[in-house]
Amino acid sequence: MTVKQISVFIENKPGRLAEFTDILSRNGIDMRALSIAETPEFGILRIIVDDPFNAARIIKDAGYVCSITPVLAVAIPDEPGALFRILTILGDAGVNLEYTYAFTARKEDTAYMIFRVENNEKAIEVLTRNGIRPLCRSDLNHMYHDED
Amino acid sequence: MERYYQPEIECASREQILSWQNERLVKQVRHVYDNVPYYRKKMEEKGVTPDDIRSVEDLHKLPFLTKADLRDAYPYGLCGEPLSKCVRIQSTSGTTGRRVVAFYTQHDIDLWEDCCARAIMAAGGTNEDVVQVSYGYGLFTGGAGLHGGSHKIGALTLPMSSGNTDRQIQFMCDLGATIICCTPSYAAYLAESINERGLRDQIHLKAGIFGAEAWTQEMRRDIENSLGIKAYDIYGLTEISGPGVAFECSAQTGMHINEDHFIAEIIDPETGEVLPEGSKGELVFTCLTKEAFPLLRYRTRDICVLTREKCSCGRTHVKMSKPMGRSDDMLIVKGVNVFPSQIETVLLNKGYAANYQIIVDRVGNSDRLEVQVEMTPEMFSDTVTLITARERELVEALKAMLGIYAKVTLVAPKSIARSEGKAVRIVDKRKLY
Repeated sequence: MTVKQISVFIENKPGRLAEFTDILSRNGIDMRALSIAETPEFGILRIIVDDPFNAARIIKDAGYVCSITPVLAVAIPDEPGALFRILTILGDAGVNLEYTYAFTARKEDTAYMIFRVENNEKAIEVLTRNGIRPLCRSDLNHMYHDED
Repeated sequence: MERYYQPEIECASREQILSWQNERLVKQVRHVYDNVPYYRKKMEEKGVTPDDIRSVEDLHKLPFLTKADLRDAYPYGLCGEPLSKCVRIQSTSGTTGRRVVAFYTQHDIDLWEDCCARAIMAAGGTNEDVVQVSYGYGLFTGGAGLHGGSHKIGALTLPMSSGNTDRQIQFMCDLGATIICCTPSYAAYLAESINERGLRDQIHLKAGIFGAEAWTQEMRRDIENSLGIKAYDIYGLTEISGPGVAFECSAQTGMHINEDHFIAEIIDPETGEVLPEGSKGELVFTCLTKEAFPLLRYRTRDICVLTREKCSCGRTHVKMSKPMGRSDDMLIVKGVNVFPSQIETVLLNKGYAANYQIIVDRVGNSDRLEVQVEMTPEMFSDTVTLITARERELVEALKAMLGIYAKVTLVAPKSIARSEGKAVRIVDKRKLY
């Protein structure tokens, strides 16, 4: 019940992100979600794509350093306090959050969040116990392809 | 008026100097052959015996010594006296973490301090002066050498060592220091700090003796103008004794080599052949009077020119130009010797690839060292915390190896320029030579 995120090392210099996205577009790779963690010298680009293993191969072949990390994707109802509830569940269970970012799908009034935690199994266990089911890869793919 | 510490030596006739050199060389070769098995073996390999060396003319027959020999013979292999006769060790950074260790007898220290005393007097120093020694004290030869020289001329000596700029400036003002000895980059920094604090009219400096790193004429003018002093160059290396092997006089057109203690040669760094006077090449020293660490034909790797033109200061000893470059890949950063191989060792130990570039720059007269490292899959992580923690670890390891701070920049794989498949290791933006 995780999705695979691709993390890519990108230098913090003008045009570097454009170069990277050009490679994705030339290979027909669509990004579902994107986030960047930046330092003065470099950034870590984090993306969610349909076929992470194929995409990672293409990215590596293009000369980038990247890695695949299993992360949690959770649907967040569009109502006040929804995110707070999930964070509280994780926090109470002592699950430490490394980073998080949000994305949306087009068809529903639902936001999605990616959670990178230290211990995925424990996070999945407490979330499921509280009636929240982290999405898996096929969930994400359906989200988009139903719409087509 | 030009002042000399030992006028009868410093202004001796060429014939006199040559006769000292001939006599001392013969004696020294015998001493080394008898007491340094490492060098004796080198001589035997070359088929040379002490009997073959009858004057300076025969010097070229002797084998060279290099930094690699110092490493091989570490720590005692080149020591020419029993340790019971040695009273001091000084040291410098060396390749792959192994330092150069030099030994001194009391006699060696006396002569070294004489050389530094000559340098201070050439810069106008007398027993009326207050000499602030802001070179590092300890293993580094800078502090010890100038400190001893200052004592010899009877000046009031302020053993400040390096660092703590506020205290440096306070002592300089309160105690009326008239001569400052430090690296040129630190002098420039001191000048800046003094002017920032508006203390320029509180200082009494008249001269500075600056060495241990390369500096340009522009930097000399900068320091001279901002402190209102005359800035003198001094040259030396731990292997040969320390600062004072050569020093500048009032003419400021090269540094007089103390030829009563050292014979200087210029060789072709490729072939090892001795080049005629006035040629540009690698500087080689033979120690004539040293007992404990008597290196013969030591290759300094510094590229320079020797000139015997008559000097307006009255000294007769040969002059060397400022070093114009190196015949190896050693860098001098903040007065510290840095070899790319040291950086490579650290990178490999820490799991990084040997794809790196060293960038040296001078920002406001102060050296900056940066090591660019190509990111590898092994070192990469999806969290910034982990990558920066690894980066910090690398900075610490580099500091432990080099003794100075180097900024680490992680760059994209294959982004470091390669020429003919080989990476360009060093980018020196300082334009010192």
